Amino acid sequence: MTVAADPRLEVRGLTAWRDDRELFHALSFTLEPGAIAHIEGPNGAGKTTLLRMLCGLLSPAAGEILWAGQAMSRCAGDYARALGYVGHVDALKLDLTPTENLRVASALAGRPASTAAVEAALGYAGLRGFEDVPARQLSAGQRRRAALARLQLQGALLWVLDEPLTALDVSGRAWVEATISDHAEAGGMVVLTTHQPMALARRREVTRIALEVAL
Amino acid sequence: MFRYLHEWGSPPVFYARAGRWQRGLWALSALLMLAGLWGGLVLAPVDYEQGEVYRIIYIHVPAAWVAMFAYVVMATTGAIGLIWRLKVAEVITSAGARVGASFTLLALATGAIWGQPTWGTWWVWDARLTSVLVLLFLYLGFIALENAIEDRRSAARACAILALVGVVNIPIIHFSVYWWNTLHQGPTVARLSAPAIHISMLVPLLLMALGSMLFYAGALLSWARALMLERERSSRWAAREVNT
Amino acid sequence: MNPAVVAFVALFRRDLLLAMRRRGDMANPLIFFVMVVSIFPLALGGDPRLLAAVAPGVVWVAALLAALMSMDALFREDFADGSLEQMLLSPCPHSVLVGARVLAHWLLTGLPLVLLAPLLALLLNLPTEAMPALLLSLLLGTPVLSLVGAIGVALTVGLRRGGMLLALLMLPLYIPVLIFGAGAVEYAASGQPWTAPVLFLAAILALAVTLAPPAAAAALRVTMGE
Repeated sequence: MTVAADPRLEVRGLTAWRDDRELFHALSFTLEPGAIAHIEGPNGAGKTTLLRMLCGLLSPAAGEILWAGQAMSRCAGDYARALGYVGHVDALKLDLTPTENLRVASALAGRPASTAAVEAALGYAGLRGFEDVPARQLSAGQRRRAALARLQLQGALLWVLDEPLTALDVSGRAWVEATISDHAEAGGMVVLTTHQPMALARRREVTRIALEVAL
Repeated sequence: MFRYLHEWGSPPVFYARAGRWQRGLWALSALLMLAGLWGGLVLAPVDYEQGEVYRIIYIHVPAAWVAMFAYVVMATTGAIGLIWRLKVAEVITSAGARVGASFTLLALATGAIWGQPTWGTWWVWDARLTSVLVLLFLYLGFIALENAIEDRRSAARACAILALVGVVNIPIIHFSVYWWNTLHQGPTVARLSAPAIHISMLVPLLLMALGSMLFYAGALLSWARALMLERERSSRWAAREVNT
Repeated sequence: MNPAVVAFVALFRRDLLLAMRRRGDMANPLIFFVMVVSIFPLALGGDPRLLAAVAPGVVWVAALLAALMSMDALFREDFADGSLEQMLLSPCPHSVLVGARVLAHWLLTGLPLVLLAPLLALLLNLPTEAMPALLLSLLLGTPVLSLVGAIGVALTVGLRRGGMLLALLMLPLYIPVLIFGAGAVEYAASGQPWTAPVLFLAAILALAVTLAPPAAAAALRVTMGE
């Protein structure tokens, strides 16, 4: 994990529209190293929109996002290296093995990893023995584990996770929560959405950002 | 001056000003076209080769010029909308595709009508007509893409990229079509506009061309206003405009 | 090594690997190519002289359609499984990444079409003198189809019924390649020098290599931002 001079995420007056409807208005929050932000709100409140804006995939109608005190567009390369995103789908090629998937992902992130490093990350994620099995044969929980192992391997400081707990069983959920918690403990930052109650809320300080359905 | 231009970027200001401009453009265009038609249909002499039929060039040639010009305008406003994210530029681009496609269709139809008595057939794969046909395809692709994308904002941005790709391609397409035409030398036919044209025929043609250009500008603004009103329907100024 | 080069190689290798794992899919554009060429004699009759006359155009049109049909695979699956998003989040220049994907795609679909074309030209009775022109024009022309097609696929990637729309957007842009490609073969078949159209194709290829990847990357950023 490489740490920028002042790695903090600042969101200032962020506003989003979808068609004629304002999703959220003048949203502001700051995320320091070690912090977790939990975006809450009903379906259609703009949670995924907010996460995609944080990733730079969407541009806001108003407001700005700052990384280490600089506007996102000014430090695009640094920000892209610091950011790791897991969306609704796990971005795995089902015909490739987890090892092959992660090697490509690390190269794309600008930090090519050796096979040994990939296998260590997969081992940490509890996928030992599945390194060379096509991802198609993995369960939903195992695929999610592989996706989070990707974030660790990419050395992402800021994790942006869209519904990381869906389709997981109890042990899968516990592992994801523990991994998120550990990442924050080590000075990382996490922004996530989830409908599930999270146990980590009790363990760490979690910033809650509530979005509402505007009429 | 800069401030005046800057104000055009605001949707309500654009709507009001474009409304005034559009009336002026249409009035001037009607004047020029009336003069051009008088000169072209009444004053200009009969062509000794083609007879009266040639007079359709007073519609056909200006329409073809505007069709071409409109694509370049569309790509330019598309680029402006893409870079500065100007809503006004986006609606003008979108309107430009419709108006441009209409002029292209007009050029093709008048070309075919001229071809019937001249070549004895409604359609000849002549280089000029073929490249106008390809231009129509480019316009239709633009409109199809715009209709397919739900979100207006990303539709405008995607279409602007398509228009820019198209504008880079147009010279290549033209060149290739003319090259193709020499490859497949068909029967030599009279060109639609003779290389040396008498001054009494040229002046009305230029008047018609200028009139068509102004008509195009008026139609562009008119269509862009309608699109702007639709895009901004949830805003207060749009509601005010509709209600008064 | 430069991270952009590493990412280019990694993506390129990934696409080849994926194709190896699903060899069956690779044959589809080729089968399509063969079928389109073979329906022409059925429609026009088997007169060898007539077939020889239309062969340059028919082979080129069929290759163009096969290339167009195969373009869909370039980004659509990546869009569905989230890989496309990850590509856009990479700190490496997106046009380089697009370039890697287009190169792999052309090697896997365009090149086999080129290699198959002489065989189909024989079926249509194209004179053997025209074979070098056919091979060279396709070799220069099909990468242009892939590069320009990448822009179209990027513009239509998230859309339902994108396939038909893609054809509408791309066919007018493919016209110069078709004209020079078929023209070169026709010149060669009639015993005339055919360097000029091939050089035009080379020039178009050079232009497409420089301009298409950034345009496709920009288009992806627009269509993914929905």
